Amino acid sequence: MSNPIMNRYEFVLLYDVENGNPNGDPDAGNMPRIDPETGYGIVTDVCIKRKIRNYVEIMKQDEAGFKIYVKEGIPLNNQHALAYVANNIPVPSKENAKNVDAVTLLKLRKWMCDNFFDIRTFGAVMTTGVNCGQVRGPVQINFSRSVDPIVQQEVTITRVTVTRPEDIKTMGRKQIVPYGLYRVEGYISAKLANDLTKGTGFSEDDVELLWTALTNMFDCDHSASHGKMSAQKLFIFKHESELGNAPANQLFDVISISKKDEKVTPRNFSDYSIFVDKDKIPAGVSLIERL
Amino acid sequence: MGFGITIRVQGPYALFTRPEMKVERVSYDVITPSAARGIIEAVYWKPAIRWVIDKIHVLNEIKYTNIRRNEVSEKASTQIAKRIMNGANDPFYLSANDNRQQRASMVLKDVDYCIEAHFEIVQENAGPEDTVEKHYNIVLRRLKKGQYFNPPCLGTREFGATVELVEDTRTIPPSSLTGSKDLGWMLYDLDFSDPEDIRPRFFKAEMINGVIDLTTVGLVG
Repeated sequence: MSNPIMNRYEFVLLYDVENGNPNGDPDAGNMPRIDPETGYGIVTDVCIKRKIRNYVEIMKQDEAGFKIYVKEGIPLNNQHALAYVANNIPVPSKENAKNVDAVTLLKLRKWMCDNFFDIRTFGAVMTTGVNCGQVRGPVQINFSRSVDPIVQQEVTITRVTVTRPEDIKTMGRKQIVPYGLYRVEGYISAKLANDLTKGTGFSEDDVELLWTALTNMFDCDHSASHGKMSAQKLFIFKHESELGNAPANQLFDVISISKKDEKVTPRNFSDYSIFVDKDKIPAGVSLIERL
Repeated sequence: MGFGITIRVQGPYALFTRPEMKVERVSYDVITPSAARGIIEAVYWKPAIRWVIDKIHVLNEIKYTNIRRNEVSEKASTQIAKRIMNGANDPFYLSANDNRQQRASMVLKDVDYCIEAHFEIVQENAGPEDTVEKHYNIVLRRLKKGQYFNPPCLGTREFGATVELVEDTRTIPPSSLTGSKDLGWMLYDLDFSDPEDIRPRFFKAEMINGVIDLTTVGLVG
């Protein structure tokens, strides 16, 4: 394990979707999420986090220290890697279950953070009777929003087989966005990584893995509903200090996106121009482009 | 308020959950003093000081939107963690598909607040070096540079907040809300004085021309 991070980061990820549904809205019959007032498409924070978790799970294959706590479906080998656990804490009886003392709680918390990448990164709520069983992770991700209003399309498809002999042929529906470029912003707090009591130990290696996950997660996540989703640009703002050297919103404003031709309906990433206003980057912050 | 600060907090979405509607979350109309305190503490806090919110200026009109998400119903259990640490064979993960809940949230849109606050020294945690000037200057410095301990958020962590220092309260823009509006009983904050028994405190919120004055409210609970 490398050391916990000592720099604050902010990042902007641009990704696009072509003829797919980036994130369905359960309230709207799985149509792509949309802000009804403006028509901009939305992708929730938890959707992106899920993809990051899945990517890490695929990449690390249950490697020690990179387990994933909140899983989809059933993993095949979930009990193998317990041998490296060296702590010995007697399990309290049922009536004492609520009264875990602070020292034990810290031990447990540390153990959970050491073992699980997603708890170390995003945090987790642990149930205890004591009100400090929460782990706040250093990484915080906002909702993604499309750069321009999106169009939701419903495509009807037919099915040639039937489930039961008496069934008739059925129709199905797919919900797609013909094209949408989405922008998501996130923050990484160094303090929630390296603080002695509050930190999760989110390390330099972890942050590297997170960048890899952000750039590659769509490639491990293809499905019939997602269409062609690709990460297009990842801009990372690295502060020299742990607390940061500039307000986050000022940094997000450095990256502006516009259509090359106002009259053309964008259908491709090349229809957009990305402007990085390097003069706006304050001293003490460096911009790293990972894509 | 010799050592008061004013900050401007903005964001595209916010969710200040009403305690009586926590499952299908519904936000309060405005930020609670408790959430405002959390935003300031995200920027700067030490055990030696306690932040107190004095006034909340609500600059934008109150708009709602609805978001439904897949969430998990379970939490990470320390009991199971312990059992596994001791070599038990329990599942080592939380299955998001088997513990799925779809929950809707009524969230606020396009919020813009100015928050006036000051801090008090907590005598029992303060040493001789804990002067008011010191803490005041640190918080001002952090706000001016845009520094923070952890990113401030508007109620929940997916709704990031933009926080700026307002140097002069006379520059607070006039609110688009006029007249007096009764917002009903709102959560003021949680009383942590007894860690065994954390109690919520409530107040009767009244907004006059977009401003909620908290210096004169009576707390219940």
